[in-house]
Amino acid sequence: MRFDQYDPGDFYDELFVTQGQPRPEAALLTKRISSLSLEELHQRQQAAQTALFKLGVTFNVYSNNEGTERILPFDIIPRILPANEWDWIERGLKQRIYALNLFLSDIYGDQKIIKDGVIPAELIHSATGFLKPCLGLKPPEGIWCHITGTDLVRDRDGQWYVLEDNLRCPSGVSYVLENRRVMKSTFPMVFNRMAIRPVDDYAGKLLGTLLDLAPAGLPNPTVVVLTPGMYNSAYFEHSFLAQQMGVELVEGRDLVVADGYLQMRTTKGLSRVDVIYRRIDDDFIDPLVFRPDSLLGVPGLTEVYRAGRVAIANALGTGIADDKVIYAYVPQMIQYYLGEDQLLPNVPTYLCWEPDQLQHVLTNLDSLVVKAASESGGYGMLVGPHATPTQREEFADRIKAKPRNYIAQPTLCLSRVPTLFEDHFAGCHVDLRPYILYGKDDNIYVNPGGLTRVALRKGSLVVNSSQGGGSKDTWVVGHTLSQSQTQTQTQSQS
Amino acid sequence: MLSRVADSIYWLNRYVERAENIARFIDVNLNLLLDSPPGTQQQWNPVVLTTGDLALFKERYGEATAENVVQFLAFDAEYSNSIISCLKAARENARSVREIISSEMWEQVNTFYHQVKDASPAPQLAGLSEFFSEVKMSSHLFAGIMDATMSHNEGWHFGQLGRLIERADKTARILDVKYFILLPSVQDIGTTLDELQWIALLKSASGYEMYRKCQHRITPQEVAHFLLLDREFPRSVLFCLLQAEWSLHEISGTSTGRWTNPAERTLGRLRSELEFITIEEVIQGGLHEFLDQTQSRLNSVSEKIFETFFALEAV
Repeated sequence: MRFDQYDPGDFYDELFVTQGQPRPEAALLTKRISSLSLEELHQRQQAAQTALFKLGVTFNVYSNNEGTERILPFDIIPRILPANEWDWIERGLKQRIYALNLFLSDIYGDQKIIKDGVIPAELIHSATGFLKPCLGLKPPEGIWCHITGTDLVRDRDGQWYVLEDNLRCPSGVSYVLENRRVMKSTFPMVFNRMAIRPVDDYAGKLLGTLLDLAPAGLPNPTVVVLTPGMYNSAYFEHSFLAQQMGVELVEGRDLVVADGYLQMRTTKGLSRVDVIYRRIDDDFIDPLVFRPDSLLGVPGLTEVYRAGRVAIANALGTGIADDKVIYAYVPQMIQYYLGEDQLLPNVPTYLCWEPDQLQHVLTNLDSLVVKAASESGGYGMLVGPHATPTQREEFADRIKAKPRNYIAQPTLCLSRVPTLFEDHFAGCHVDLRPYILYGKDDNIYVNPGGLTRVALRKGSLVVNSSQGGGSKDTWVVGHTLSQSQTQTQTQSQS
Repeated sequence: MLSRVADSIYWLNRYVERAENIARFIDVNLNLLLDSPPGTQQQWNPVVLTTGDLALFKERYGEATAENVVQFLAFDAEYSNSIISCLKAARENARSVREIISSEMWEQVNTFYHQVKDASPAPQLAGLSEFFSEVKMSSHLFAGIMDATMSHNEGWHFGQLGRLIERADKTARILDVKYFILLPSVQDIGTTLDELQWIALLKSASGYEMYRKCQHRITPQEVAHFLLLDREFPRSVLFCLLQAEWSLHEISGTSTGRWTNPAERTLGRLRSELEFITIEEVIQGGLHEFLDQTQSRLNSVSEKIFETFFALEAV
């Protein structure tokens, strides 16, 4: 099946420069794909999907009481990133996470950034993710955001932007690992001949990050993954990560605070837990401190945590950085804490909280994307160009009622990757979520590539799995450039 | 091992074994009826009676016809002990411990569940026999997969414990079905019909060939002895108890012949009573009464296991 007919169109295409001309790092792959018949491609696609289903790489559909599981649709044409570009992204991500971690220490500590007038106090206090019980908290090694899944997008001109930070419980890394496993059997020849950076060490690095948090002097600390339970849509991932790390997967009801420590109920009695990788939101983690109606958490956990007798990743309170109004201040944070310009830019963001920006938003609703500050996953959003005038009016009222809760951004035109359809390839829009681990001694690890989510409905810009999204493997291809070259690259990009 | 996880593996195995044995219950009755002379009244009440849920059945279905009973015991998703409900529960338990069990085990439970679900609503009576033998085979496949792919660790022993206790209970109940069938027709005892019925019963417990290897004649007493007290046949009650006790002691590390918790004591006591009782004593005291008592004592073993290992309260 040849790419002759494939038209990248008026978009940034991740594999093609123009029609018929693949990017240099994609040449070998497109040649290989061209040598396969349409039928063979569909067979491989089918085999890949079946393999994923058998591996159990599924998410649960909530509404169905039979616990039906589906796989995230998977497309076998990967997204390719050249190593030099990736190295630049990696540097940008490290810079950003480093600054965000300093921000979290500061905002739950001395709050210098407020005192120095960089971020207004009222924005912090009005953020739903700001947790007062976390004030004065000193998490082990000073690390707050151990695991981050930053959402990146690329606009029509090829420019990268950070769309969201996701410092609470980012999910999706299991797809990265399993997609890769499946792709290796789909295109073994290509893997043989291309220098594709491996992703498999993620679980090992994650375990290392977690072990480093254990209270000092423990010869054999106990690490657990805390899940809301098997009805959670990401349950497979919780179970998968626990299995890959060889640690217990626990639910709130398995845990209890006794003798001042966090303990789990085992067949041989209570047994101490030292580090929790939690996949439960802050609100639900301790009914004594946060939502009293939560049945998912552990009463008293926060107190044990504050006493330094158990470590939690990510730290409680990191949700403040996911607030989209706070997001808009990340460039200032980088400047304030590091004295540097940010490498990876934010999407230009209008804060409805500021009167003149609010006016701009209201008059340009038809070209902007408006987002609720504390929502994620595509909820509470208005895509101006696709909305009806009535929808826009309704939204305008909501914005005016609570301007603090809304931000607006220009509608980006996400880059595309060719995707296999019934009898042709078509370009589909993608985003990218790399996974970043913050280890001790400020050692930050970025898993090469990340999760490429793809909008499988033609023309759609929405990549969320609930709205027809799928995924692709992401290949970082080529060797690392030397340090000096990387810096040149960085300067020319920033 | 986490108590919740141990509990889930225990129940995963109990439910799979239960589904298999319900298939055996129905199968034994279908077989018995096929061999009974034309005109004999079909008896389905006893089958429901042995499940202990006759009242619920009467309320929901009324008359105990073959169709109603099969629907109730095999495919009624609202009846918690039907085959479909057992498999649904087994699958949910498996799903909650997927990182502990082997992926092959998960696949088999999942396939098993879909196999029964796809057969619902009930196949024609003619196809039932085949359906029930498929259910039995799927259950064996699961047990075999678990044996061959999961480390024989603490979790595995909890699984064995669940399977064996369930099997002991259900073998006792299968024997009870025969008791009820015989009840209204005492005059048939010792006739050809009676022998055919005992053969059908043995076959339903997969015990006919094995029985023949150690006994030449089919007598009620010997069949009861075989299904209750045989030390080698893997579906006999005593065999199940011996194996269950071994697993229980592997879990706690206590040497056999001693006990350190109520579960070991209750199970050990029941096992030793079965080891030293004779079948004559059983018959003398009444087979049905003995079976009934054994079942309630198995329930109490299960309760003690729950209290000892799963229901840990913080002090």
